[in-house]
Amino acid sequence: MITLCYFAGLKEQTGVSEEQVDMAGQTVDDLWQWATTKYPDFLSGATRLAVNEEYALPTDVLERGDVVAFIPPVSGG
Amino acid sequence: MKAFEIVTEAINPQIYADFVLRPEAGAVTLFTGHVREWTKGVRTLHLSYEAYVPMAEKKLAQIGEEIERRWEGTQVAIAHRIGELQISDIAVVIAVSSPHRKTAYEANEYAIERIKEIVPIWKKEIWEDGEEWIGDQKKKPEGGLA
Repeated sequence: MITLCYFAGLKEQTGVSEEQVDMAGQTVDDLWQWATTKYPDFLSGATRLAVNEEYALPTDVLERGDVVAFIPPVSGG
Repeated sequence: MKAFEIVTEAINPQIYADFVLRPEAGAVTLFTGHVREWTKGVRTLHLSYEAYVPMAEKKLAQIGEEIERRWEGTQVAIAHRIGELQISDIAVVIAVSSPHRKTAYEANEYAIERIKEIVPIWKKEIWEDGEEWIGDQKKKPEGGLA
């Protein structure tokens, strides 16, 4: 399974901070397509995905046990 | 303390300045970012910061490495506070030491700009009549990864 993490406004909108999906072997872009279908009102093109705490490329392949974070535009500082 | 950390308590900037001070350093720049009451005519009551802590600390350390590669002889320490912050509280501290003044200024500014680009920390402004996550765009997706 892959663990998905949501933060800040996204967490408030999805109503969950984490969920599990069975998408090992699929790409980050496949996951993005799945997520934008499930949460069409919440995810903007400015949201980045991080796999195991590193920003990911759309072509990266997911492995069992990966942790994927949805990173909306950051605003630290 | 760690050289690159997310904290939940009040920040004491001096410990970060002390951390980067060493005999080779002729300059230490210490930047503290504070909670501002007024932004574009809107009064903030307080702020709430959230972070993806392990990744945020990793990205702060990456910024430190970028600086130490780009400006030879620099040493960096950065902390960002999360949770509820009141007006004038310190949200972020960046300490840079270097042999010379110019480098310490430049590297310090580079650090805050990079924090705003790559470190997964989010700010919510709480006003008298509402609240909003800053930078959290709510438009519909246009497809693909930006």
